[in-house]
Amino acid sequence: MFRRLPEIETALNAAGQTVSFTIDGRPASARAGDSVTAALLANGVTACRTTAVSGAARGPYCMMGVCYDCLVTIDGTGNRQGCQVRVAPGMAVETQNGKREVER
Amino acid sequence: MTQPSRGGEYDVAVIGGGLVGSALAWGLARAGQKVAMLDEGDIAVRPSRGNFALVWVQGKGLGMPEYAGWTKKSSDDWSGFADLLREQTGLDVAYRRPGGFMPMLSEEDLQARANTMMRLHNQPDMIRYPYEVMDRETLRKELPFIGPDVVGGTYCPLDGHCNSLRLLRTLHKGIGLLGVDYRPNHRVERIEHRDGGFRMTTAGGEIRAGKIVLAAGHDSARLAPMVGLSAPVRPQRGHVIVTEKTAPFLHHPTVYVRQTDEGGVMIGDSFEEAGFDTTLQPGVSSAIAQRAIRFFPLLGKLNVVRSWAALRVLTPDGFPIYEESKTAPGAFVATCHSGVTLAANHALTLAPLIAAGGLGDSFTPFSAGRFHVPQAA
Repeated sequence: MFRRLPEIETALNAAGQTVSFTIDGRPASARAGDSVTAALLANGVTACRTTAVSGAARGPYCMMGVCYDCLVTIDGTGNRQGCQVRVAPGMAVETQNGKREVER
Repeated sequence: MTQPSRGGEYDVAVIGGGLVGSALAWGLARAGQKVAMLDEGDIAVRPSRGNFALVWVQGKGLGMPEYAGWTKKSSDDWSGFADLLREQTGLDVAYRRPGGFMPMLSEEDLQARANTMMRLHNQPDMIRYPYEVMDRETLRKELPFIGPDVVGGTYCPLDGHCNSLRLLRTLHKGIGLLGVDYRPNHRVERIEHRDGGFRMTTAGGEIRAGKIVLAAGHDSARLAPMVGLSAPVRPQRGHVIVTEKTAPFLHHPTVYVRQTDEGGVMIGDSFEEAGFDTTLQPGVSSAIAQRAIRFFPLLGKLNVVRSWAALRVLTPDGFPIYEESKTAPGAFVATCHSGVTLAANHALTLAPLIAAGGLGDSFTPFSAGRFHVPQAA
């Protein structure tokens, strides 16, 4: 599992720079400046989607915009690369089950 | 230097390893023939890897009702063909026949389309099939996501689609299982007709066969005159765009837009006369994308993952050529731009006729002789 380094955790708590958002509707918090993917990992979500054809579970791999394995639904838009989006207050992040849905 | 062929003599050599050649080789081998399929290498003009994968009936055959009937027959046989392939290879080519739409963006276009369908069905000897001209509200019941610019369209319950890349792969697996000798890197340089058979000089050595079938797409234009045939085909470029995979929302194929079995949305139907240039033209891609968004505005939300340009194999009138050579009997040509739609016919109807020795009178309308009739003054 992923955990923040203790000195970062301490500094974060001292500065009070936290962002509140939701993961599949559940309240969650992250550090200001986190990518959505980092925020998911910090909240214990390692499998952020299932694949479009076979339905296999997938999690973030490269963290730099290349592998497209960190796809999630952000504020209703599917197939967003979580590692390329900064988490924002009130953001609704959803793990993505298979193909994105275009109708919503 | 040519080398003697390893496999010796064949009953039939099919020249071309695309959808037309593969379907014919599959059907010929199923009919008990010893078949070689001669293909080029990886670098070749390959329409079979770039097409739109419709199994389409509506609107085809104005000017040649026999082609409309031939197309309808293939559509009718496609489901059984897909079943045979699945039983043999374990692969599913994802054939579906939910009926297809041709949506229209202006009343003038809709009226012209309705007139075309009527003229098509009023031809003598036309084998009629059901279709409907729909107004916007009727269309919207079937295609709920049409945009405000769509005024209506035509619908035909015979139209369908498949996964055409998987069809090509499945046919290649199938011919392997049937014992066809697949020979890539065997571009045919010369064909000689002697002693009642054919000797081909290829990039991979010499091949001999009792019969040959030219199914080489664009290259049939070069090969046909070597055996007294004619295949006046030209390339016509079309662009295709594919989006990311999306949960199913388009339940019917249209001429312009269809959703694949795996969820990607394909956008196509551009026509450009540009020789053998397959360079992507951003202006064309942009135009077909904008048109697709007028049909289905929510496509504008989707990310594009790939686009390409491919070359249709077109005769002067757009209809196929099927013919046996008069000067070199046993040499056949088969060329069309609908290698997906007509695959069932090529495999189940045409191949057995070639195996048995001849096409018969019903194929006379498909002879290239129709292009050689002197023009009336």
